[in-house]
Amino acid sequence: MSVETATDRDRFEAALEDLGVPVTAADPATFDRTLQSIVDGPVVGTPLPFDGVCLPDWVAHEPTPATLETAVTGVTAASFAVADYGSVVLPSTPEGAEQVSLFCDLHVPVLRASDIVPDMPRAIERLGPTLRDGASAIIATGPSATADMGALVTGAHGPKDVHVVVLETTACSNATERGVDNE
Amino acid sequence: MSKTERETKADHIRHLLETEGPAVEANTLGFNQGRYDSVAGLEDYEQLKDEARTIKEGAIERLPELIEAVTETVEENGGTVYLAEDAADANRYIRDVASETDAERLVKSKSMTSEELEVNAALERDGVDVVETDLGEWVLQVAEEAPSHIVAPAIHKSREEIARLFNTQFDPAEPLETPEELTMFARERLGEQIADADIGMTGANFITADSGSLMLVTSEGNARKTAVVPDTHIAVAGVEKIVPTVEDLAPFIELIGRSGTGQDITAYVSLLTPPVDSPIVDPDDPESAFADRDDDREFHLVLIDNGRMAMREDDQLRETLYCIRCSACANTCANFQSVGGHAFGGETYTGGIATGWEAGVHGYDSAAEFNDLCTGCSRCVEACPVKIDIPWINTVVRDRLNHRGEASRFDFLSDELVPDEAATGTIDLQKRLFGNYETLAKLGSATAPLSNWVGGLEPVRSLAERFVGIDSRRPLPAFQRETLVDWFDDRGPQVSAADANHQVILYPDTYTNYVDVDRGKAAVRVLEALSVHVQIPSVPGTGRAPLSQGMIDTADAKASRVYAALAEHIDAGRDVVVIEPSDLAMFRGEYEKLLPERSFERLRDRSYEVLEYVYGCLENGADPAALRTDGPPIAYHAHCQQRTLGLDRYTRAVFDDLGYDVLESDVECCGMAGSFGYKSQYYELSMDVGDRLAEQFSTPEARERVVVASGTSCGDQLEDLLTRGSSHPVAVLDPNSRLPR
Ligand code: SF4
Repeated sequence: MSVETATDRDRFEAALEDLGVPVTAADPATFDRTLQSIVDGPVVGTPLPFDGVCLPDWVAHEPTPATLETAVTGVTAASFAVADYGSVVLPSTPEGAEQVSLFCDLHVPVLRASDIVPDMPRAIERLGPTLRDGASAIIATGPSATADMGALVTGAHGPKDVHVVVLETTACSNATERGVDNE
Repeated sequence: MSKTERETKADHIRHLLETEGPAVEANTLGFNQGRYDSVAGLEDYEQLKDEARTIKEGAIERLPELIEAVTETVEENGGTVYLAEDAADANRYIRDVASETDAERLVKSKSMTSEELEVNAALERDGVDVVETDLGEWVLQVAEEAPSHIVAPAIHKSREEIARLFNTQFDPAEPLETPEELTMFARERLGEQIADADIGMTGANFITADSGSLMLVTSEGNARKTAVVPDTHIAVAGVEKIVPTVEDLAPFIELIGRSGTGQDITAYVSLLTPPVDSPIVDPDDPESAFADRDDDREFHLVLIDNGRMAMREDDQLRETLYCIRCSACANTCANFQSVGGHAFGGETYTGGIATGWEAGVHGYDSAAEFNDLCTGCSRCVEACPVKIDIPWINTVVRDRLNHRGEASRFDFLSDELVPDEAATGTIDLQKRLFGNYETLAKLGSATAPLSNWVGGLEPVRSLAERFVGIDSRRPLPAFQRETLVDWFDDRGPQVSAADANHQVILYPDTYTNYVDVDRGKAAVRVLEALSVHVQIPSVPGTGRAPLSQGMIDTADAKASRVYAALAEHIDAGRDVVVIEPSDLAMFRGEYEKLLPERSFERLRDRSYEVLEYVYGCLENGADPAALRTDGPPIAYHAHCQQRTLGLDRYTRAVFDDLGYDVLESDVECCGMAGSFGYKSQYYELSMDVGDRLAEQFSTPEARERVVVASGTSCGDQLEDLLTRGSSHPVAVLDPNSRLPR
């Protein structure tokens, strides 16, 4: 299993590279510093549902229309990723994760390393029950783009750039297990 | 079609070729190449297409039940479903929602179905400000133009034109110029409009009955904003968009972007289960945290019938409902690449499958406008992710149009010329003439060289142009007095059945038999050089010509006669070898619809394209040295239908094995397509399409090469476009070949 996971991770990162999307690994201990090195300007974010990790206090973590409007970077959790495509799956939440992932120039999806599935059928398998439960999600691949104005331009209505953070932590890790990487 | 109508059509096409052609060409060629590149990276491409097809077939079969299921699910989720009978009904409902919510502005993401409804106009009459948020759609809204492509609606506009448009309309402080500047300007402006909107309207690429989710495929992110910013969301979608479960979406997610714009996946595949959990973005309450809001979202799913349930009952049009509107059939279409959707489209839909959609939702008049632009080249068939036989739908609609036409004023003339098997008396004279090409060829051959001489006279050409619309700029084929069948009757086989490794019937297609008899003779010599016993019985035309004019009954009768003439040979273990790819494509493809299943299968399994057969003989140990191996460097163009059948590789393999230096074209079609390039209303389009091929064969690397083409039309077209002759591959391999070294 762990071998397969490592392979999916490699393929995910290779796909992101093809998309021109940078990816940075972090663990709960290094998360704040890593995030700081990535973001730009005012930062908004929605809660990260990962044990041992939360948004640093310099991130406006209760976004409002006003903070969204001025923010340059949006940080949100990705439920999982699809290795084949370099896609991240972004849930819609009452806290406004959909908006935060969409309105800022830079979107930083945060993803657990153990949440990378190999391919689209596996992704849809995972989404089936969630959607049937009434949830919504976006399969997002790279930045927003358009070719309608005569050449490919990113940032058509959504982010110009995406920077993925992969959290290396076990699904049930806690503070004492920080930095433990089971891969 | 009268002379004036033909001239009007030609003028319209000429105008589009000049104005929109270059931008359309650059974009569609890019999408088409992107598709080839992208699907090449998909290991299980064919399997995914099969899965997609199966899901759509099943969904349409179960449609009434799925409509009920999705209604129940959406209502349970807290939304409303309205099943609209037609456009007027849908618009009435949407206007009611707008008036109940006191909407002043409705923002829209791109939706062809909403174009079909013309909902913008309906809402605007009520004073609702409707704003398109897809950048391409917005450009068109500002320019007051119609989409020219189902996925990239403003594909016909260049950056320069868009810049001019924005600078004139909006008079920005600094004139806009680059794609970045234009995009950011649009983003900003549209962002403001979205922020103030009362209703967001989207379409849906798919709707899942089990969860009530919409799948929206976009790359800009405008559909996401449209759906979540305002508190009311209306989704409009044809009933055919429903699939049973979320899991059914998987193959489509992998296929839709690849097939359309050639992207492995578009930036955003939204899977929304409205009313969504996301908070609304309320500009009047900018300081409240999203998390603290308690929004009461409204969601209306408007399902559109508008002719679809009737299409479902129609055995021929039903396949259209499987269409996922990816645009592959437009991008891969040589005519579309030249002229775009403003010619190749009806009231709403554009491209190859538009014929089916327009006939189904707007009626046959709309389909009649552009149906002839499908030449049946079949390149779209392998591109279609749900494996729709798009050319067949075009043929069926053409046939139906033929049968409702007015009796021609010139029936006396056509009755003289063409003893019409279809005998409907309503078919356009031009179509009857080309559809009965076999009769014409027979007559022309029997009276050659007089027929050629008369046919070449200026007064005759101008009459033919005037009454039938045969373009006088196009040289006519010269009929041969001695047909291939006659020649072979006199000559007889030179490899006896007893000495032969194989026995074949060389099918005397109409063109080879009456016009290019030399390529038939070359084929005989090539086959005999490989120790094959050849016979050439008199067999009627395959019916390709009438079929291409939508004369299905005539083609059907011909298929039966061809089969009757060949059945005994097949039973005797002889193979049927065909020179003309479009005729072989009948045996392998359309005959499935014209013959009983077993007859079709027997003929299909026993028939071969001539180079495919040569390849087989060589693979089975025939001596390649018996063929000409020291021929010249070649510029080769495979025939469109030959490529769709996957047969071009045999010609390539034979040339490679024999050490030929071959440069191959990669255009989808030569543009001639049988009679298409002879028709005066389409002559210039045909030449424009052909130019792409001619360019490839005029480069320094190609220009000294001998031009070789597998199809009759391609050869004729190349001769008209280049100042060089062209040959069939068998003429190169012929041991008696007279081509230079
Ligand atoms: S017919 Fe096929 S190729 Fe054409 S748009 Fe529809 S799905 Fe795509």
